[in-house]
This record gives sequence, structure tokens and C-alpha cells, in this order.
Amino acid sequence: MEILNAFVLLANFVLVPAIAYGSQLALGALGVTLIYGILRFSNFAHGDTMAFGTMVVILFTWWFQSMGLHLGPLPTALLALPFGIAACAVFVLGTDRLVYRFYRQQKTAPVIYVIASVGVMFILNGIVRFAIGTEDQQFADGARFIVKAGEFKRMTGLDEGLAIKASQALTVVTAVLVVAALFWFLNRTRTGKSMRAYSDNEDLALLSGINPDRVVAVTWILAATMATIAGTLYGLDKSFKPFTYFQLLLPIFASAIVGGLGSPLGAIAGGFVIAFSEVMVTYAYKKFLAYLVPADWWAPDSLMQLLATDYKFAVSFIILVLVLLFRPTGLFAGKSV
Amino acid sequence: MSGNQTSTRAAETPKGRGLLYFAIMAVLIVIVGQFQSWNVALSILSLCLISSIMALGVNIQWGYAGLFNVGVMGFAALGGLATVLVSMPPVPAAWAAGGPGVLASLAMGAITICGAIFIYRKMPKGRLRGFALLAVCLGGYFVTRHYFGISTDAVESVDPALTGYLGGLGLPVLLAWPVGGLFAGLAAWVVGKISLGLRSDYLAIATLGISEIIVAVMKHEDWLARGVKNVNGLPRPVPYEINLQQAEWFLELAAKLGQDPVTFSSIFVKLCYVLLFTVVLLGILWLSERALHSPWGRMMRAIRDNEVSAAAMGKNVTARHLQVFVLGSIVVGIAGAMLTTLDGQMTPASYQPLRFTFLIWVMVIVGGSGNNWGAVLGGFVIWFFWIEAEPIGLWLMETLTSAMPEDSSLRAHLVDSAAHMRLMTMGAILLLVLRFSPRGLLPER
Amino acid sequence: MSFLTAENMTGGYGSVDILFDCTIAADLGEIAVIVGPNGAGKSTAMKAVFGMLKLRSGRVMLDGEDITNLSPQDRVAKGMAFVPQTNNVFPSMSVEENLEMGAFLRRDDISVTMEQVYDLFPILRDKRRQNAGELSGGQRQQVAVGRALMTKPKLLMLDEPTAGVSPIVMDELFDRIIEVARTGITILMVEQNARQALNIADKGYVLVQGANRYTDTGEALLNNPDVRRSFLGG
Repeated sequence: MEILNAFVLLANFVLVPAIAYGSQLALGALGVTLIYGILRFSNFAHGDTMAFGTMVVILFTWWFQSMGLHLGPLPTALLALPFGIAACAVFVLGTDRLVYRFYRQQKTAPVIYVIASVGVMFILNGIVRFAIGTEDQQFADGARFIVKAGEFKRMTGLDEGLAIKASQALTVVTAVLVVAALFWFLNRTRTGKSMRAYSDNEDLALLSGINPDRVVAVTWILAATMATIAGTLYGLDKSFKPFTYFQLLLPIFASAIVGGLGSPLGAIAGGFVIAFSEVMVTYAYKKFLAYLVPADWWAPDSLMQLLATDYKFAVSFIILVLVLLFRPTGLFAGKSV
Repeated sequence: MSGNQTSTRAAETPKGRGLLYFAIMAVLIVIVGQFQSWNVALSILSLCLISSIMALGVNIQWGYAGLFNVGVMGFAALGGLATVLVSMPPVPAAWAAGGPGVLASLAMGAITICGAIFIYRKMPKGRLRGFALLAVCLGGYFVTRHYFGISTDAVESVDPALTGYLGGLGLPVLLAWPVGGLFAGLAAWVVGKISLGLRSDYLAIATLGISEIIVAVMKHEDWLARGVKNVNGLPRPVPYEINLQQAEWFLELAAKLGQDPVTFSSIFVKLCYVLLFTVVLLGILWLSERALHSPWGRMMRAIRDNEVSAAAMGKNVTARHLQVFVLGSIVVGIAGAMLTTLDGQMTPASYQPLRFTFLIWVMVIVGGSGNNWGAVLGGFVIWFFWIEAEPIGLWLMETLTSAMPEDSSLRAHLVDSAAHMRLMTMGAILLLVLRFSPRGLLPER
Repeated sequence: MSFLTAENMTGGYGSVDILFDCTIAADLGEIAVIVGPNGAGKSTAMKAVFGMLKLRSGRVMLDGEDITNLSPQDRVAKGMAFVPQTNNVFPSMSVEENLEMGAFLRRDDISVTMEQVYDLFPILRDKRRQNAGELSGGQRQQVAVGRALMTKPKLLMLDEPTAGVSPIVMDELFDRIIEVARTGITILMVEQNARQALNIADKGYVLVQGANRYTDTGEALLNNPDVRRSFLGG
């Protein structure tokens, strides 16, 4: 019984949140890794692209809510999602046309793209703050929980409850669907294969008649889609605040690098590695240990927390550093050049 | 001989252009002084000077070696931390409560890291080494953390409303400037050691990470510098207004100049700061120029322009990059210490990446990457417009929305959001300069 | 006029010329080989034929049509295919996907062509699901040639196809190239292994410093004492 309680506790506070967070990071990292594979630079504007797409979703959500449009148990944001994706895609295609295309034609060094992406980040940042402000925004509606802690306790008779938020379940289901669709696209369709070919060997792709402009455009659309979905899921699960999305850049980059830049499979693995490390390292194990170890034998006096929650960004960074030190191409051997 | 003539003319024109730009900046600051107030003008000038030094530091990394540092904020924050640790008086009660414990546990942490490195280097590769490493790291971590927690709790419970930290060394605040540089240099060495030599984006991401962590530590480690409770009342390198207003010589001077002593005292103090900062700026600028035109500087630029051939000629590219990265970060650290000194207080929450990292980058790119004078000019121009864009933007918004009804919520929103226009403007300036004038206002010679 | 005629080509990268009045021609189903010492401009000549560098003078005719001003991509559409010396496969894609990418511009059924490639290189059929990056050097060259054949080209250009492969694999590759030529495809090839290459060549071009030095049938060049002494090591 005690052991069961301990594991339910762990599931409730580590497993479930980490799976949801990992899915969100994985979707974000997929966008970064796709851009990296095709356009060959680390897009510093990605966090703010997520914020931009999510902002459009929120604005549409509010509009739909004001019209009395609801999806029942599902959040209205799902209805607004296609509009957010479309707006975000149009925006990134616009930045590509106005900013990046020029450097592509000039065959500029990657670092110039990175600096240009910083400029784009500034502009996105300004637009988002201008339109929706800097404050926290809640836009989740519909059912709150799939499994409630109280019900779980009553059903199982355990002392510990397991709660699964609707947003968490939605995150995982959506992430699985999106990732499956993305892999189907990359591995089964002509356009998807041409993207992989372009990422593998640009010159040979050109020799084979693959149209680089089309590949680049599709990449941006995919990245915008992933970014908007990831941002919306994160916002539903937690809340929307522009600065938080900028800060997500570090764990997202860390996920992409851990998995190997340019490798979609790696981005997913990396997202979960970062999410689980972050949640596990910042979880206070006091109660968990109390269940497992008899009280008269040893009672932990501290929270038994490896690292304070304030330092959760340090977890991404430390993992990043370890990967750079021991395996710079990442777990799935992405691009090193 | 015509070729010779064109080259001398080409050398003169940029110099003339530079003078012209700096003259325009001077005129702008004078205009602010005349029409807003001299207090505002001198504040802007002080921050222009500090921004210029930060931009110089970033220019050393980017312009000399092509390194993209996204962690300017962190290195500036370390400079700010140095100001507290050097200049604030020590808190004896806190030292008695937990000082030795903190130091001992920090030493224990250092020993753990050294032990881990030792094991990694000396033991043969294999599962055994992995276990040994894990045991040393985890064991060291838990022991360190346990004693560290006890000691810091003790320190933080000493009069938390006023102190609750160990305090500093009580040394003159000017000493904090080189110490700030030292802190930043050490951090840069660690980051550079890890991420240089790999692909260029890795340095950018690693610096982004380290700067977030540095600021997080400063926000949450109350025993160190009071965290978000801030450290106020940092000692000054210049006289206090209140003392000036009571000094005989000062009152005479004010009377002679026909100035109101209270206003004049605040202007006098600001002038002192400006003088100090100018001395530091000129010193660093002189050193940078000397370095740029020395054989070392030529080698650095050769490496930047063609890493492969420089490596083929036997230059250790990674080691040179590390050198230049540390040097640039030292300059940023010094500027960070100066900024905190000017503010008179250390507020970790004020370290925002957009303000401290990306704004500096706009300065460097706009000013002219690779040219020290360009970086200085960029610091002046961008800081000036960053400050003045707010009143201008507000005025613009109010004018634009004046046709709307007084109680319109859209109008209120637009006026409130004028501040965010600055971000967009800065982004647009960065992109436009990068695209249409990538060599900046004062191009590299 | 031959099927492929590249006449009086002069040009190079940037301002310095590498080719001087260089002429290369080949008829349908012929194997033409360009040999010569290092730095003679062999690869450059082939790249000029494929439109990868700008010519200052001269012209390239394919099947009676002047293609001098077409981009490499447009020349692919006209029936040219090019196999670079290195980086000539998509390493993280399977053999089959590599072939599919070769046929990217084709909208018709590619399965027949793919079968032909598998018949030509049976080992590829066994490894069709394996990533090209995991294959041996010789197998990778087969993938590269196979990829180029997927466009159903009339002219196949190979830049040192046997660089870095063992002598046995080299003989095998040359056999395959002869087979390809028998199907009516013209082959233009740059080779470092001059003797073996001239053995299978219908036409041979010996280039020196970007200009034609000797032009004859492969057999005649092999029997020419000057060529033997200077370029074939006796």
C-alpha cells in the first residue's frame, strides 16, 4: 500500500507533468530542428514565434467566446488553432521573404542568420507585447480534469490522489497526432522526402531538380505550425506570458541539441530528456521517501529536493553542457557543421 | 600615384565621417540639456558612455573574431555583483552565523568538481569510471548542499529586513570595476572552454544559458547579495549632493556660476561620473585600438576571415577565440560594475536580456562591427534613441489617437503600448542595417 | 555534329580562366573519357559542359540544341545527369529514397526505371531499405550512378566514379558503365585511372592546362607512344 501510494505520488507530480511538458518541448524543438536542418541556423526568434502564434489563438479564442462559441469539454482554443497557425505561417513566410531570403541568395555565414533572427525576435516581441500586453493571460476553458484527485482516491482507496488535467491529456494526444503526421509527411510524401534530401545534401538536391524555394517555404510553414501548437498547448497547460515564451528558448534549444540538431527524432527524445530531468531534479522527494522508508527508521528533515525550482533553467543548461562536452553531435548524431 | 591619393582620401573620409557623427551626438545631447534638462542630458550621457564600453567589449568578440555572445546580460550582472561584494561593508553577525560554513561548503563543491575531473582524466574508460564519477558527483553534491543549506539559512536569518547577507569587503568601490571584469572573465573562460571549437551556434546558445543562470543565482541566493530584496546604498566614487550643498567651496563655486546650489550639486555629481566613465572608456578604447593594430589583432582578423587557412598555417584557432572571448567579457564585466555603481543599487530583477544583451548587439551592428570607434558611436546613438524613443513614441501615439474619443479603450491601449514600439523599432533598425549597410555607420578600416 | 558537342570552351571560376578553347564531343551510346595530369582542368571541363561555371566563349550543344545559357537544373530537364565525385548520395535516406529523389522531376511511373537500376546493380535491390550513408564506398557509387539514371538521361556525366574504390570494385563499375552505354546512353567521364578508363572509351580526350592535347579513340590513345610516355607511365 505504502509503495503504491509512493508511486501514485510520483506519477502525479513527476510523470504526468513531465510527459505533458516534454510533449510541448518536443514540438518546439521540432520546429527549431527543422529550420536548422533546412536553413542551417539556430532560430533565436522561435520562442517569440511560439508567442506570436499563441497570441493569435488567444485573440480568436476570446472572439469565439464572446460569440458564445464553445467546444463543450474541449477548450475553445482548439477551434482558434487553425487561425493561429495560418497567421503564424503567413508571418514567418513574410520574414523569410523580407529577411532571410536575401542572405540565402548571398550564401552568408550562418552567424549572420542568427543575428538576423535576433532582429526578428525583437520585432515579434514588440508586436506581441503591443497587441496583448506583458501580463499573464488565461484562456483555457472546457473541462478542467480528466481524472480528479478526489475521485481517484475514492476509486482506489489510496491516500494519494492522481490528477490528470484536461490540458495535459490534450497536450499528449495532440503531440502524438502532430508528430505522427509530421513523420508521415517527411517519410512518405514527395515533398517531405525532398525536404530530407535538401537537408542531407543541398547540392545534390538541386542537381535532382528539387526546388529550394519550395522546400524552404514548406519548412517555415511546418515550423510555424509546430510553434503555434506547442505554444498553445503550453499556454493551456500553464498560462500565456510573452516573457515565459522567450525563456522557453533555452530548454527548446537544449532539447534540439541533446537530440542532435537537424534530427526530428532526436528533437522528440531531447524534449523528453530535458522535461524529465527538469521535473525530477526540482521535485521535492520528502513525502515520497516518507512512504518508502519507515518513519522510526529515518525521517527526512529537508524537502529532499535536488535543486530549487528557481533554477530549473540550470537543468537544461547543465544537460546542454554535458552534451557539448561528451557528444557534440547529440544523441541521434545530428549535423555538426 | 593616383592610387596613393585615393587611398589617403579613403582613409580621411571615414575619419571625417566619424567626427561628424560624434559632433551630431554632442549636439543632440546639448539639445536635450537645453530643452529637457541638464540632469537628463547628463544621465543619458553617462549611460551612453557605459553602453559604449559594453559595445566595445562585444565588438572585441564579434568584430575581431566573429564570436556571437548572447550572454552579455550575464557578464554585466557579474560586474554588478562585484560592486556589492567589493564595496559594501561586511556584516559581522552574518559572518559569525554562517560565513565559514558557506566558504567551507563552496570549497567542498570545488573539491567535488576537481575530484570528478581527476577521476575522468586518470581512470581508464569503462563502467567503473562511470560509477566512480556518479558516486563522487552525487555524494559531493549532497554533502555540499546539506552544509550549504544550513549555513546560508543562518546567514539569511541575520536581520533579513536590512542585511541577511554576508556583505562585501568594504573596499573602495572603484576597485569593484576591475574585479567585475575578473568575474566576467572567469565565467567567460568556463563557457568558452566548453563551447568554443564547436559550431558557432553552440557558443550563442551556451552564453544564452549561462547568462540566464547567473541572473537566476543573483535573484535567488539571498546570502550572496540579498536576491530580489536588492542591495541599496552602494558607496559612491564621487561626493554626495548633500555633502556638496554644505561644503564652503562648493557654495562659493555655485554662487560664482550663478547656479542654484541644489540643482548644481546634482549636476556636479553627474559631471564627476561622466568624467570617470570617460577616462575608463578612453583607456579601454586606447588599449583596444593598440591591440587591433598590433600583430595580434591582425592575426585575429586573419583567423576571423578564414579560419581554415589560419588553422592550416598552424594558428590554434580555438585558443585564440577563447582569449578574445575572455577579453571581451572582461570589458563587459567592467561596464556592468560601472553601471551598478552609477545606479547606487544592485537590482537583479532589472537584468533583462532585451535591454542588456540584444540592445548592445544593435549598438555593435549599427555602429560598425570590427571598428572600435564604431562600437562607441553605436553605444551613443542607440542608447540616446532608446531613451528618447519613449517620449517621442508616446507623443506620436497621443497625436495619432487625438482624433479618437477621450474614453476609447483602443486609444488607452495604444497609448499604454507605445513603450513596446521601442522593441519593434530596435528590431527594424538591426535588420535594416544588417541588410543594407552591414558594415555599419563607421565601417572597419 | 555529335549528340553532345561542347566547342571552344574558355572560362573559369572568377576572373582567372582555367579552360582554353577546349572541345569535347560524344555520340549517342558512346563512352567519352577525359584524362590528364592533376590540375589539367578535367573536372572543370565537365562542369562547364553541365553549366556549373560560366563560359566566356564557346558553346554547348545537346542533340542539336544550344544549351549554353541553361542552368544545371534546366540541363537535367533536357536529359543530362551528373554524378559528382564526392557527396553524391543522400546519406540519411534509404537507397530506394535516393533513387526516388533522382526521379524527382518525373511525374510518370518510375517503377520500371527503378527495376532497371536494380537489374544493373543487383546489390542495391538487397539494400534498398538501408541508408545510403551506411553502404561501402563502391556501393555508394552505385547508388550515385543509379540516382542519376533515374531521370532517364541521354547523357550521363561521371566525375571520377572510381576515386577511392578498390581495383576489383573499379573493374565492376566500369563493366556496369559499359552496360549503361549499351542501352544508348552517352557517357562522359573524368578519370584518374587513365589506362583502365581509356580501355573502355570510344573517345578519349587528354587535357593539359585546360586545353586539348590529344584527341582520338581510346584504343589509339593507348597505343600512342607519346601519350603512353607522358600520361600512362610508360
